[in-house]
Amino acid sequence: MNALFAPGFFTNGIVHSALIVGAVVAVVAAIVGTFTVLRAQSFAGHALGEVGATGGSAAILAGTNPLWGFIGIAVVAAAAIELLGVRQPRSRDLATGLVLGAGLGLAALFLYLGATSQSTTGASITVLFGSLFVVSMQMVPSIVALSIVALAIVLVCYRWLLLTSLNPDLAAARGVSLRLVSALYLLALAIAVSLSAETIGAVLSTALLVGPPAAALRLTKRPTAALVVAAGIGVLATWLGILLAYDSYTWPPSGRGWPVSFFIVVFVFCFYLLAQLHGRKLTRG
Amino acid sequence: MSAHVLEEQETPVLWLHNVSADLAGRRVLDDVTFAVQPGEFTALIGTNGAGKTTLLRVILGLQPTSSGIVELAGERRGRRSVGYVPQKVLLDPDMPLRARDVVALGMDGHRLGIPLSPRAGRLRRDRVEAALASVDAIDFADARVGTLSGGEQQRVLIAHALIGEPELLLLDEPLANLDLRSQHEVVALLARVAEERRVAVVMSAHDMNPLLPVMHRIVYLAGGRAVSGTTDEVVRSEVLSALYGHHVDVLRVHGRILVVAGGEDEPVRPDGEEPGSVESGIVSVP
Repeated sequence: MNALFAPGFFTNGIVHSALIVGAVVAVVAAIVGTFTVLRAQSFAGHALGEVGATGGSAAILAGTNPLWGFIGIAVVAAAAIELLGVRQPRSRDLATGLVLGAGLGLAALFLYLGATSQSTTGASITVLFGSLFVVSMQMVPSIVALSIVALAIVLVCYRWLLLTSLNPDLAAARGVSLRLVSALYLLALAIAVSLSAETIGAVLSTALLVGPPAAALRLTKRPTAALVVAAGIGVLATWLGILLAYDSYTWPPSGRGWPVSFFIVVFVFCFYLLAQLHGRKLTRG
Repeated sequence: MSAHVLEEQETPVLWLHNVSADLAGRRVLDDVTFAVQPGEFTALIGTNGAGKTTLLRVILGLQPTSSGIVELAGERRGRRSVGYVPQKVLLDPDMPLRARDVVALGMDGHRLGIPLSPRAGRLRRDRVEAALASVDAIDFADARVGTLSGGEQQRVLIAHALIGEPELLLLDEPLANLDLRSQHEVVALLARVAEERRVAVVMSAHDMNPLLPVMHRIVYLAGGRAVSGTTDEVVRSEVLSALYGHHVDVLRVHGRILVVAGGEDEPVRPDGEEPGSVESGIVSVP
């Protein structure tokens, strides 16, 4: 038992809150992310995560939790993408790329200022690679509330999202406003990406967002099943990551543990590979 | 063919009166007028760029008109009852939707929330099952829709459009990219729908020949202008020559109709509008 679960895994308060927060965020990321994949907006999701680094680093400079920075900047960036991006996918990608570049430049400045003036050297790590083990309990209600907002948007617009993913013209012909769906969805995406950035970091947030859904879409052919399987894979990858990260405090080189984000991302990628192999076997019959 | 006589006394399901529309400053539809009666099969014929897709989008309300009136009988009674099958839908093979899910979205895809109530769920399943049966799609009802053949996807999309029990079914080039056998199946299916359910079918195509046995009315589009009537009224040399603005011949060969551009000395329209593909003298092969 101890070989798998290092001593104290089940009694450690930090591990408890990491397991809970990690699971909540994994579920939100998977459910919102399923439609990110179907709507082919992975790049937008990635850009929102990286731009979030700007807000996260600014929030740390200002002395508040990076989550508020992530959220604030991601919502602004989502609005900018929506307003700049008209309807052609190419100009949409271009708008996204431009917003991304500007945001990362600011992030570099804020992180530099933080590191030089306030000696918050840990800030770069926290912002870019997450802080699942140091999410304070005070943040839990906010994380849960934001999760509910993002999930509510996806569940309320569920059929609109399916219909627009299937074919935008079909949805428009049924009187569904493509503009409204797109704006609401980007809001949910901004929230999901920010939560993901808070736990596994701005740079890696996309992995949790699109990895589990991409795996789930290889395994199921029903929309509700895809959401459930994606959420399951996300939670499993997160929990396994936390388990190994906790174990890693006894590992070389320093005995100070490996980053939890690393393990989560590796597990997500492994699940995707397994699903891909399984899916290929299925299509071969 | 026209055993089904045009019932002029009935209220038309769809009525376009002097409709014009512009796209990016270019006139795409120019003073188009025609009406469609319940249960009538109407073919919208024209080459690429003749304005077929724009005309369908105008009817759906997705494209604003510059002038003219579009009247839908259902809309007048406060009920939106138009089914639509868009052009060249290439469904993503990764889309986690079975054929039956796509059909169900035709019933309630515009609603909010997730369908959960078990009783409504049973009714929903029965209706979806019936819609799938009506297009002979039961065999692949549980297959991922993106993995189906073009003809099968087309049938699923027709069921999607029909499950809301529309009075009018619009289809944009449903025969494009289909092999001859699937074309024949889709046309037979649409004719049956028009006949049995009294649904007015309006479908666009660049070739009228597969539709000749089933269509009651033709709307022939060229350069944004249209003439409509029965095939015999419209597909005649003098009518189409006037529409194209230069001489065309209508040839009937082995039950097929070919529309062929006239000789070299014939005047081309002053605005330089190409009357379809003029290579080898054939203006489309409708």
